Amino acid sequence: MNQEMKEHVKQALKQGKRLDGRALDEIRPIKIQTGIISTAEGSAKVKFGDAEVLAGVKMALEKPYPDTPEDGVLMVNAELLPLSSPEFEAGPPSIESIETARVIDRGIRESKTIDTKGLCLEKGEKVWSVAVDIVPLNFDGNLIDMGGLAAIAAIKTARYPTLNEDGSVDYHKRSENKLELANVPIPITVCKLGDLFIVDPTEQEEKAVDTRLTITTLDENTICALQKGGDVPLKVEDVQKMVELAFKSAGEIRKILAEVN
Amino acid sequence: MGELIAKERTIVVPGQVIAKGMDFLPSNGTYRKGEDVIANRLGMLNVEGKVLKTTQISGRYIPQQGDTIIGKVEDILMSGWRLDINSPYSAVLPLKDASFDYIAKGADLTKYFRLEDFAVAKITNVTSQNLVDITVKGPGLKRLRGGRIIKVSPHKVPRIIGKKGSMVSMMKKATDCKIIVGQNGLVWLEGEPGMEAITVQAIKKIEREAHISGLTDRVKKFLEEKTGKTINLEELQNTNNNHNTEEGETQ
Amino acid sequence: MTDFKRPSGRKFEDPRPMEAEAGVIGKADGSARFKIGDTEAYAAVYGPRELHPRFLQDPKTGILRCNYNMLPFAGDGSRVRPGPSRRSKEITHVTQSALRPVVDLSDYPNTVVDVFIELPQTDAGSRCAGICAAAIALADAGIKMKDMVSSVSVGSVEGNLLVDLDGAEEHMNENEGTDIPIAYIPSTEEITLLQMDGKILKDDLAKALELVKPALNKIAEVQRQALHKKYNSEIKE
Repeated sequence: MNQEMKEHVKQALKQGKRLDGRALDEIRPIKIQTGIISTAEGSAKVKFGDAEVLAGVKMALEKPYPDTPEDGVLMVNAELLPLSSPEFEAGPPSIESIETARVIDRGIRESKTIDTKGLCLEKGEKVWSVAVDIVPLNFDGNLIDMGGLAAIAAIKTARYPTLNEDGSVDYHKRSENKLELANVPIPITVCKLGDLFIVDPTEQEEKAVDTRLTITTLDENTICALQKGGDVPLKVEDVQKMVELAFKSAGEIRKILAEVN
Repeated sequence: MGELIAKERTIVVPGQVIAKGMDFLPSNGTYRKGEDVIANRLGMLNVEGKVLKTTQISGRYIPQQGDTIIGKVEDILMSGWRLDINSPYSAVLPLKDASFDYIAKGADLTKYFRLEDFAVAKITNVTSQNLVDITVKGPGLKRLRGGRIIKVSPHKVPRIIGKKGSMVSMMKKATDCKIIVGQNGLVWLEGEPGMEAITVQAIKKIEREAHISGLTDRVKKFLEEKTGKTINLEELQNTNNNHNTEEGETQ
Repeated sequence: MTDFKRPSGRKFEDPRPMEAEAGVIGKADGSARFKIGDTEAYAAVYGPRELHPRFLQDPKTGILRCNYNMLPFAGDGSRVRPGPSRRSKEITHVTQSALRPVVDLSDYPNTVVDVFIELPQTDAGSRCAGICAAAIALADAGIKMKDMVSSVSVGSVEGNLLVDLDGAEEHMNENEGTDIPIAYIPSTEEITLLQMDGKILKDDLAKALELVKPALNKIAEVQRQALHKKYNSEIKE
């Protein structure tokens, strides 16, 4: 975005208005749908306005890594599908998709949302692997927050495949057993433009802002992951303001997610 | 005698048989196969006597000489600028068409247009090889400073502009925003932030409901509700002072 | 042989229930979703647009370029690794060949029309569903095309010819039997995709190609309806 147009966005924000008329701390209308993919153990489609992201959870019985014989395997991956925006190109994963995946992964992994020990059936032999894949269908910014929410909604509603008595797995039949979640990490990306802060940026806004900070929270008090993006530095006061905003927005999302079962 | 199977002014889709019989003639968007005339493009059917053609209702903008469009500078060349015009082909703005000033050879071209700048321009020539030339010399043509750009379907542009520019005038009047509609589906606007957002919503509404009759009244009502102003349509028609408008389709 | 019952209870010549929708991807020039049974495909068309690098350009015509991809969670068995595989490359290739005969891009030399096909879930017949979605998306993008391309598979299970095998039937099929994905142009009844897995008697092949026609025509109707629905809902009300 050219400098004059960026300035235009900034002037509007100073008057408390976003390009789409939203308030600075307002998230687009959120919709969550789960259990929509027949081939996935868990799945969710998350919409923020017209933007749309899909997440699927695949579970499989595998041999654990030799250095962690008692731990199941957790993997989070994101792919910016060229189907969803003319700006995404086919080919090897872009740095944006890798960063998105890693930030979401960190929120879930470091907070031990899924107890990987609990995924172990037989030490050194059989553990469950949980692979979460996130893709945008209709891209319009804020992929980390949308993807993080889709991932957690998909995990929350995932059910194990049926384990037969002989130890084999029936991937076509899902059991009643759900994955147990120790907590609910919610990433919120707060963007800074000039001395103003916004949440849930659209693609256009992402192009206009100076810098961003993703703050993943577990509850009203705990932060479990951080990621700063953009080349403009942040002051400590900025970080504090951004953290406050993130807790507020995460609270709103938590309420909506609580209804999803 | 032939038989017209699809109705006039309805949507036809590729492969759909529009008419049977040799007395119907295929034209744009249709072809003959045996006795049948079949659509080879999604479009709205127009019957002109025995000639069957379709108006395109979707797809990208195709450059036409004389069109006023909005483009974005994507490259600075030796002898001008290359602009992305939201079409399969980019356009070239030659030095002589960029300014009334004399631009010397080797001058710093970024004084006139920088990368990522937007401009309202007129298409001066489209060659058979799809080379597109544009100019910014002429009434209403210029570099666009500030404001913002939104994308709409180029096929809905006539409705956004309205009959003799009536729709765009109404929006300007209600929101006090500056609005420039490019025939290539890019719209530039600038105004008070809240009013800008209302203008965008109104444009999206026109885009969505373009083919539903009573559009002007619905947009009028929408703008009145959102802005709290009363719009007098007749007054608007008399004070029509539009720059880059073209005649909209009649309903 | 005749008392064979399909697990789904379908008649031999019946395809699975279908859903189709045009215009599902906002930023694309044309797009569609096509679902048949539990197999679902999204397709987005971008273009015609400039083709880079330049040496790929054709000064006589635009080029149709497809990309078929299963999302990692779309497979029946284990997770599908992201990125191209030998399988997805081959399907991409035959998908292009299935669509090119109807598409005319001669008005747009040196350009490319990209078709991205993504499958969020599959239960057999994924390449066929992808082709069906792609054809709707191309029409939605206003691309000149003389007709739809409709696609479904026909196969034999325990000596019975069946249209549109689902996952369960494909499973029964593993030893004997065969699976034949077909794409065709409804108005000319020309075949644009034909592949086969397994064994079939030559008389049965002819029968299979005949048996599948009503299903293909029914699919074509569903594809056209999706477009009518999108654009007519814009017109009336």
